[in-house]
Amino acid sequence: MDQTPVLSLSQVSKAFGAVRAVREVSLELHPGEVHALAGENGAGKSTIVKILSGVHRPDSGRILLDGEPVEFAGPGDAQQAGVAVIYQEPTLFPDLSVMENIFMGRQPRSRFGIDRRAMRAAAADLFARLGVRLDPDQPARGLSIADQQLVEIAKALSRRARVLIMDEPTAALSGNEVARLFGVATTLREQGCALLFISHRLEEMFELCTRVTTLRDGAYVATDLIADITPDDLVRRMVGRELDALFPKQETAAGEVALKVGRLTREGVFTDVSFEVRRGEIVALAGLVGAGRSEVARAIFGIDRWDAGSVEVDGRRLRPASPTAAMAAGLALVPEDRRQQGLVMDLSIERNIGLAGLAAVRRGPLVSRAAERRRAADWAVRLRLKYARLADPVNVLSGGNQQKVVLAKWLARGPSVLIVDEPTRGIDVGTKAEVHRLLSELAGSGVAVLMISSELPEVLGMADRVLVMHEGRLAAELSRAEATEESVMAAATGRSAA
Amino acid sequence: MRLEMVRRWEGLIFVLLVGVCVWASLGVDGFANGSNVSFLLLDTTEIALMALTMTLVIVAAEIDLSVASTLGLSCAVLGWLWNAGLSIEMIMPICLLVGALCGAVNGLLVTRLGLPSLAVTIGTFALFRGLAYVILGDQAVADLPPAYTGLATASIGPVPVATVLVAVLAVVAAVVLHATGVGRAVFALGSNEEAAYFSGVRVKRIKFWLFVATGVMASLASLVYTFRYASARADNGMGLELAVVAAVLLGGVSIFGGRGTLPGVLMAVLLLGVVRNALILADVANEVLNFVTGLLLVASVLAPNLGAVWRRRTTPSVEGKSAS
Repeated sequence: MDQTPVLSLSQVSKAFGAVRAVREVSLELHPGEVHALAGENGAGKSTIVKILSGVHRPDSGRILLDGEPVEFAGPGDAQQAGVAVIYQEPTLFPDLSVMENIFMGRQPRSRFGIDRRAMRAAAADLFARLGVRLDPDQPARGLSIADQQLVEIAKALSRRARVLIMDEPTAALSGNEVARLFGVATTLREQGCALLFISHRLEEMFELCTRVTTLRDGAYVATDLIADITPDDLVRRMVGRELDALFPKQETAAGEVALKVGRLTREGVFTDVSFEVRRGEIVALAGLVGAGRSEVARAIFGIDRWDAGSVEVDGRRLRPASPTAAMAAGLALVPEDRRQQGLVMDLSIERNIGLAGLAAVRRGPLVSRAAERRRAADWAVRLRLKYARLADPVNVLSGGNQQKVVLAKWLARGPSVLIVDEPTRGIDVGTKAEVHRLLSELAGSGVAVLMISSELPEVLGMADRVLVMHEGRLAAELSRAEATEESVMAAATGRSAA
Repeated sequence: MRLEMVRRWEGLIFVLLVGVCVWASLGVDGFANGSNVSFLLLDTTEIALMALTMTLVIVAAEIDLSVASTLGLSCAVLGWLWNAGLSIEMIMPICLLVGALCGAVNGLLVTRLGLPSLAVTIGTFALFRGLAYVILGDQAVADLPPAYTGLATASIGPVPVATVLVAVLAVVAAVVLHATGVGRAVFALGSNEEAAYFSGVRVKRIKFWLFVATGVMASLASLVYTFRYASARADNGMGLELAVVAAVLLGGVSIFGGRGTLPGVLMAVLLLGVVRNALILADVANEVLNFVTGLLLVASVLAPNLGAVWRRRTTPSVEGKSAS
């Protein structure tokens, strides 16, 4: 390919505060190619998409359009340049028809206003080019996600888009729908569009794409011709980093079963999930974002209903859909979204810690402020919380200290099963190590720990066993010895069942 | 920081209350005497009673606009049953039950169907008042037992008996909100319902019972209202819901939930009562009276948010920076 790329990035970097999201990444999109962008969660794929679509401006490096440097001041500029993004879940106007969505703000006009006949013809023409059948007059409400994506693609075509970015378009599609989408993508490629395709499913990249660029931890790794590499090569490029000694898990003898999940199913979300966690064990639940890990945790803790299956804590069956019952049985959940689910940000440190244990700080019918404060102060010391006053609202604390407050809230209850969902997301390295040590100590003291994590080093360093989920099902259960970056990623991307 | 702002706000209301009292004592004839103070207190009874539970409801980030209609319906039931010959001792518990049912209807619609309480209680606002007219028409039932009508206007010294009732219930409400687990949960769920639910707070159950308590309080207010004016009518207490909400917001309770104190609300009830009373004594026209009440309400909603709005205006947003 010696022709000029239609759109390319040259040595682009972008940081958010102290986090360097992407570092010196280069990427070339040629007309008539489908280019895959590969990388683990957090490798910087979304940031690249946002830079290409004008949402973020790079701190350094250049964007080249037809070989000429350009600057996108906003998404409008990128659109003008012919860049369109198709998201996993498109956002159409539900009450407008398909064609009105396509031509929103650019309706063909006649002397008497909007020319609906011309609009209908133009929409039909676009669908004919894509080789799909959709009724231009149908309202967008009730369209399947796959059809909504097609409407978005038609909209992009009507704007004469030359670069189409598809950000995990297949995540919510069925097999037939994926095949149809790939057909459309191939058509577009043959018509000279450049496509950037992002997916967690390796087999899709190998089926559809011609080249692949891999990112790891925000840095550029390699660009390969798909024909030249194997899926194993690609996985190695995605994960190949050294394990550090940050994650010490003490060896503990596993005790009796504390949490037993049997064939748990929530329709359309996860299916037939069975596993056990013993006292003294840390079991990791690995998998890609969207594999259904957090949803399983939510169901176990009673936030969501389950449709079939059972959950037992210490041999007692749990009533479904009741966090209170789960808590009474000895379960605790440190949720994924700290700010929205873990804490009441406006409330003080002591009230947040007390919230999950109101019964414990009661004297008669009244809450004892002294007991509430003692409980908070006690756990603040144990977890080395950095704070000014316990009466301060938690929103003044750093992310790491906020996470400690959430942990304190649950540990103060003395749970027998602790579920932690992304326990170290967005917290600094020092606090991360403290959290890891704490989880290790808890397991040592006989707590059963179920840890959901998207960070492979954390999973491999901490877990006695690794459960891997893929598309709502348990794809593999790996012992500490069997679990490697390659084996976990292989199961998470659905390539093999170990 | 927020907590300090709340305290500052209540301090402000307190200063305002003292200031208005001093001004009225010096400048308005007939304000500072025992019988006027007694009348003033008595006149705020219904608003105070309903404001107690309304405070909890709004801290829980909900609202109940049907309170005055519940009061009206309870009055109508009282008049109808009295005409039918039941004893007043039988009727009063029935009225409280009616109030509880009205609250339960609101509570069920909000918690079971997940509808916004603003919409639900605008609906029941019309529904309950309409039902009141169906039951009693536009007649007034006035031949109520003097023992009760007398008690409703009686005073111990300058303090009306009804005010003693308010004081006792105010203590109960304040203790529930500020010193019990339920109160802690109400603040938490008003501020972040999802986080409260993830912490094991029974969000729906608490909200349901808050609406029931509000209904009971409205029917209790209906008893005081009926006996005080010795008249049970379907249109009793028309428009009081706005006065109640006004007092709660002026008292420093955030309309977005999660913030507020009961002492603040009680002071605001008094402040509105004093202003109204003083302006009436000063022969200010009724239209101006409503204008002043409205002004206080707008100020109370605006003031706590002005700071935030100002900060937003002066500091450019992240997007603004990156696009420059």
